[in-house]
Amino acid sequence: MTRETAVPLHEMISGAKEEILTEWIKNQLSDKSRSKGVPEASLRNSSSEFIRLFEEAITKGNVDDIEKPEWEEMRHMLAELSATRASQGSTPSDTAKFIFSLKEPLFARLTPEKGQGNTEASAAVWQLSLLLDKLGLYTAETFQRTREAIIRRQQKEMLEMSTPVIKVWDGVVAVPLIGTLDSARTQIVMETLLQKIVDTGSRIAILDITGVPTVDTQTAQHLMKTVSATRLMGAECIISGIRPQIAQTIVHLGIDINDIVTKATMADAIKEALARGGWSFERHLESV
Amino acid sequence: MAVKSQEERSIANEDDILDVRNSVKRVTALLNFSLVNQTKIISAASELARNTLEHGKGGKSIIQLVTEPERIGIRLIFEDTGPGIPDLARALEDGYSTGRGMGLGLGGAKRLMDDFDIESKENEGTRVTVTKWTEKN
Repeated sequence: MTRETAVPLHEMISGAKEEILTEWIKNQLSDKSRSKGVPEASLRNSSSEFIRLFEEAITKGNVDDIEKPEWEEMRHMLAELSATRASQGSTPSDTAKFIFSLKEPLFARLTPEKGQGNTEASAAVWQLSLLLDKLGLYTAETFQRTREAIIRRQQKEMLEMSTPVIKVWDGVVAVPLIGTLDSARTQIVMETLLQKIVDTGSRIAILDITGVPTVDTQTAQHLMKTVSATRLMGAECIISGIRPQIAQTIVHLGIDINDIVTKATMADAIKEALARGGWSFERHLESV
Repeated sequence: MAVKSQEERSIANEDDILDVRNSVKRVTALLNFSLVNQTKIISAASELARNTLEHGKGGKSIIQLVTEPERIGIRLIFEDTGPGIPDLARALEDGYSTGRGMGLGLGGAKRLMDDFDIESKENEGTRVTVTKWTEKN
């Protein structure tokens, strides 16, 4: 049955291609909920490209399975379309609607030609409807995959961005920690910190937790692991940026940090680190 | 004690703990808790939410705004349907943990909050209720 109706299907479309295209574009442009991010020119381009590929693919006879090679070019085009639209900020339903909106002009062409109540016509409508649904879903899926890829990339970037290790003086490195300290973050901090200690031959590492909003037992545990690892490398760790409320919470939680050197501010920690390295400073008031 | 408003959050992964923490933070700020108390409540919520996730295999938290004639407070309920705690007294001891943690969460949360209540049935689940009060203003 598939192949029998497929032949008139593609003939119908090739005959009225221009007509369908014009109406389709008109419908899309008049849709009030259409996202403003997609320029009219690109909408026209992708619409005519879609119709061209659509006609090509159904001419080859397969209207059931869009995973088949006849549809490869179409899948490729849709993947590209949803990727561009995702980066333009369209919603997934917007992108799927692009395809679903073809139904109206297409079916309008089918019915008068074959007459109302014609079983062949309704079979064709049903088949085309299923086909367009599949294509629409494919677009939405691709759209989501593109979005997810963007999110994953940003997450990775954020992770790397948020853990810089800074050399503040000869033999002193500092890590300003910002955000929640979970296992993944701790792992990255530890890796970059230990590497930097080796690279710079530092003896003192300052971990600043001013930007860590909550210090609970898990955060404390992560911090202590980092301190232990630093010690194994032969360096000393100073934890700075302990706010008064954090200090009280740590005490109430019962976390024992007696063997860790802590300072209220990064400046105090740097001063301590320099003093340990034998540095001393004088302030010459006359030059101020 | 009257419950003025409440919100419920499921705890199924690490990110949910962050959400619980943010909701608690919002409510504590609304109630004008001091910065120290805000931090204490958020930390307690963080500990208990992590217990729900790691020991209770997930569950839910209910954040309530409660009032009494003289005072107003935040009540946090953490419920799970996990294995339960066989020895409650032991679980509240500092340094005792069945997991990889420090074993301070439950006892710590008790010290950080004003009221603390825990019910647990083996193979049925655990329910922890904590409250912190502040003067009405």
